[in-house]
Amino acid sequence: MSLVRQDEAPRSLWQDAGAALRQNRAATVAALVLALITLSVVVLPEVLPFGYEQTDWDHIATGPSLGTGHLLGTDALGRDLLVRTLWGGRVSLLVALVATAVSLLIGVTYGAVAGYAGGRIDQVMMRIVDILYALPFMFLVILLMVLFGRNLVLIFVAIGAINWLDMARIVRGQTLSLRNREFVEAARAGGVPAARIIRRHIVPNLLGVVVVYVTLTIPHVILVESFLSFLGLGVQEPMTSWGALVNEGAQELETSWWMIVFPSAFLAVTLFCCNFLGDGLRDALDPRDRSHR
Amino acid sequence: MSAPLLDVADLNVEFATPAGPLHAVRDLGFALQPGETLGIVGESGSGKSQAMLALLGLLAANGRASGRAMFEGADLLALGETALDRVRGARIAMVFQDPMTSLNPYLTVGRQMGLVLAAHRALAGAPARRACAEMLEAVGIPEAGRRLDQFPHELSGGMRQRVMIATALLCRPALLVADEPTTALDVTVQAQILALMRDLRERFGTAVILITHDLSVVAGMADRLLVMQQGQCRETGPAAEIFAAPRDAYTRSLLAAVPRLDRPAALVPPPREVAGAPLLEAEGLRVEFAVAATRPLGRPRRLQAVAGVSFGLAPGEILGVVGESGCGKSTLGRALLRLVPVAGGRVGYLGRDLTALDSAELDPLRRDLQIVFQDPLASLDPRMTVRDIVAEPLETFEPTLDDGVCTNKVAEMLTRVGLDPSHMNRYPHQFSGGQCQRIAIARALITRPRLVVCDEAVSALDVSVRAQILRLLLELRRLLDLSLVFIGHDLAVIRQVSQRVMVMYLGRIMEMAPAETLFATPRHPYTRALLAAAPIPDPVVERARERIGLPGEPPSPLSPPSGCVFRTRCRWAVARCATEVPPLAAHGASQVACLRAAEI
Amino acid sequence: MLRFILQRLLTGIPTLLVLVALAFFLIRAAPGGPFDSERQLPPEIEANMRRAYHLDEPLPMQFARYLGGLARGDFGPSFQYRDFTVTELIGAGFPVSLRVGALAMLLAVLVGVSVGTFAALRQNRAADHAVMAAAMTGISIPNFVMAPLLVLVVAVGLGWLPAGGYGDGGWRHLLLPVVTLALPQIAYLARLTRASMIEVLRSAYIRTARAQGLPLRTIILHHALRPALLPVVSYLGPATAAVITGSVVIEQIFGLPGIGRFFVTGALNRDYTLVMGVVVFYGTLILVFNLLVDLIYGVLDPRIRHDA
Repeated sequence: MSLVRQDEAPRSLWQDAGAALRQNRAATVAALVLALITLSVVVLPEVLPFGYEQTDWDHIATGPSLGTGHLLGTDALGRDLLVRTLWGGRVSLLVALVATAVSLLIGVTYGAVAGYAGGRIDQVMMRIVDILYALPFMFLVILLMVLFGRNLVLIFVAIGAINWLDMARIVRGQTLSLRNREFVEAARAGGVPAARIIRRHIVPNLLGVVVVYVTLTIPHVILVESFLSFLGLGVQEPMTSWGALVNEGAQELETSWWMIVFPSAFLAVTLFCCNFLGDGLRDALDPRDRSHR
Repeated sequence: MSAPLLDVADLNVEFATPAGPLHAVRDLGFALQPGETLGIVGESGSGKSQAMLALLGLLAANGRASGRAMFEGADLLALGETALDRVRGARIAMVFQDPMTSLNPYLTVGRQMGLVLAAHRALAGAPARRACAEMLEAVGIPEAGRRLDQFPHELSGGMRQRVMIATALLCRPALLVADEPTTALDVTVQAQILALMRDLRERFGTAVILITHDLSVVAGMADRLLVMQQGQCRETGPAAEIFAAPRDAYTRSLLAAVPRLDRPAALVPPPREVAGAPLLEAEGLRVEFAVAATRPLGRPRRLQAVAGVSFGLAPGEILGVVGESGCGKSTLGRALLRLVPVAGGRVGYLGRDLTALDSAELDPLRRDLQIVFQDPLASLDPRMTVRDIVAEPLETFEPTLDDGVCTNKVAEMLTRVGLDPSHMNRYPHQFSGGQCQRIAIARALITRPRLVVCDEAVSALDVSVRAQILRLLLELRRLLDLSLVFIGHDLAVIRQVSQRVMVMYLGRIMEMAPAETLFATPRHPYTRALLAAAPIPDPVVERARERIGLPGEPPSPLSPPSGCVFRTRCRWAVARCATEVPPLAAHGASQVACLRAAEI
Repeated sequence: MLRFILQRLLTGIPTLLVLVALAFFLIRAAPGGPFDSERQLPPEIEANMRRAYHLDEPLPMQFARYLGGLARGDFGPSFQYRDFTVTELIGAGFPVSLRVGALAMLLAVLVGVSVGTFAALRQNRAADHAVMAAAMTGISIPNFVMAPLLVLVVAVGLGWLPAGGYGDGGWRHLLLPVVTLALPQIAYLARLTRASMIEVLRSAYIRTARAQGLPLRTIILHHALRPALLPVVSYLGPATAAVITGSVVIEQIFGLPGIGRFFVTGALNRDYTLVMGVVVFYGTLILVFNLLVDLIYGVLDPRIRHDA
């Protein structure tokens, strides 16, 4: 139901979405916690007095304590768990960002081309996606890691390559529907060239979906990376990541509980916040929920 | 007078919204006698539907109703869900606007009807099935037994609405509430459904509340009328009195805004004498779409949306294009501007063949050829400001234009279409439907085009807003010396604005004639049926009319009938109509595509 | 219906071929061979072995031979467990994996759908918020984290259940692995069901059903449940893939003798044929399951059924 609204300032859809997001307390808190985690992962390792591979011979596998200076305890090799967890976070978040960027790049390009081209090209491109979609990618990635050794770049590419399929499908569907929307037709009738239509009309209207999807891809990528690390296929010792730390912790389960509890907590809290933020963003950017009477 | 069947007093409906409470209905009161038909009329947002939903406890979760509504000895508003469930469907039944979404797509017709009988009559198995089949036959559905096992998507639109009505009447309710029951239907199907409702009302003695925005629909149906505006009752009384002598100012303006098919148009000047070459000329224009194959690996089928259309348009002329949904009128409009690929024929514009140009040659010409769409909000990019939207064609055709000059031109254009230029930095969702359509018109006119295609440009608007927009369009046409192609399904609107009218059916022209000739002496059987089906907002005229209904619904354009495409619904059809394709031939001032045009 | 199945089978074959080819050529492209481990073999023996395993033939020939073997259900010999064929190893592990995986899927669907429906009917009330917060937590804790934590608390701390091993396959040994595998899926399915149920309950035909005076139970069971389950059914394909992937670590953590454990040890020991056998086997399983899901979907949605 559209009511005539008078005497109001210009409000773009992005401003509306921002306001809706700020009203969502869970999403706001999640965003703050994520910012805090990111900040500590970036800054704290530079400040803390321990290196990630530095062994404290006086404190091997000691529990969390203020006295020793090892706030979260040490591992079986006497390395500070807090520092290692933060370094693990660096790796996990870096992988998440780069792999998401890879999937974003491939997915958006592929999807937008298929959607805008339409017709036969679209059909062939989407048929390929369908076939790839049915493959058990996780197994292929594991195969890849086993065969070609552990390699950070390979992780980026492999994980990115899994996730672009979803992105391509979503972007293609959205582009297809945008292409047939009346405002795009109006622009074509107005003689606006195709490149400009894509830049001014298609891309800005795709952005909402892509933003939401990116926030939901990041936790997924973190999960995949830690899964690989857990299997011992991720980054190489002494460098570490959250999944690798959980794996080490699982092996010392009965003697050193802190070794599994703290890295797990970091991992779970990050995933939790990403998911909450993604949910909030989706609600804020979904036009259906905003137009109710 | 006996005791009223339904007695509503002090009905208030409020919705809790993030922006504060929204008062949808205020202090509404009315009484309905058994067997009586009450028409509730109002524009969108008048609260007419919400009032009835409130009585049946069907408001959205954030809605609250208060007041009193006595029905068969109980206050509907005070009943709990369980008690209300014994009234809903059994004593008061409801029919909604869109039969496609209002029927469950996952259940067969028989199953949906059966659930109602099971709930209210404790009827199941063969007796229930028999009762359902009988009711389907009563609403004019042939082969009722087979229909019971079909799903809604296998039925046509009119058939679905018949199923809705049959389901509503299963338990012989005392009151039938019909919320815009014909709004989603074509005019010939609307006439069938309205006739059916009149017939059933007599047969079952059911009282009816007919909710509609369309005064012409209630004119032939309602005994009494209730006019609503912004949640309040403006006027209520016998329908004949209100139509003849409305007392309330709003009712008067509403009635004045409704175009009448039976009166000559007041809005358009008579066509000028055409001198010289036509501005636009179509010759044998064809548009085809590929429809996905039904079989795997099968070849996609071709759908002829426009199947050979020829006409000329003089400079400054207004051509109305009318027809039911799926007749190809919108596709024709888009093909003229080459917004859809043309499969055959040519479109001449000032002597140049548009279909032969590549996009680099075509784009400069687009400055002259513009379009206004049906859905005002959808045709504006939600992420651009109004200034940028209106300026876009200008920036395309005059890339060197200074930003300030451009803004000034936009401001000037906005003023012309009746908008406040100081609002130009707002976004489309901050405007009402009518205002959005003004913005779309401003965008179409900013490059000073020669031709504007208006594709159902006023169909989504309320009656009063519609009249304003039509007046604006015609005024601008006069000032800017435009030609208009005005596409619509509403005959009365087409009559109001057109100098010449083209009637389309299944992608072909059935008849083309000067507007007054066409409406005074329709020659093609289809034109006659269309005119007969369109309701007229006058109870006196409406009740005196002879009703010659057009049976059935248009066939699928995927498999059009041979020969004359209209023959399957034509009552004058003879054997040769199936073999010969009738050419568009002159009969007096009209051009008619009918083999028997001279005889009938 | 038959035509639909045939069509799906036809489209499944290229997918399977792509999978087998990808796995096959990845392995051939990898540096090193299966025999460069451990001791150096004398060249003539290595040549003999290469001939025995047909590694001396041109690649396309080897690929054709592998495909031919697959068609007969023969995945070739294991390089690590020299006395066994890959087929035998998979045959030995599959009953265990199937049991754990099927129980987890069953648990996930039953609990997830009921909890999701429950939450949808109490939308925005305390019970709904509690369920959804729990579901979000469930999604955010990976099962390889949940597994050791559960072991820590239930097995090590409280001593209620064994920490690992298959034993006689009784419930005491299955409970923890099945629950850990199911938990994220329960959480996901609950969210999915809730969202789709809310969407369906808002639709126009539900309003019609309410206007017909049908009791709430009838509306939910007869009108709403079927369309609300459609997204759940389409998620069953990815859910199976996720459970199978998850079983790889779960079997390792709990020491279950399923296929997943072979996969991990095979991968770490570079037992290429074994790893590849598992990938192809599970890939086929997922494809077949997807076909089943499509069929169920067709049964639930009349529009699909008739279009197909």
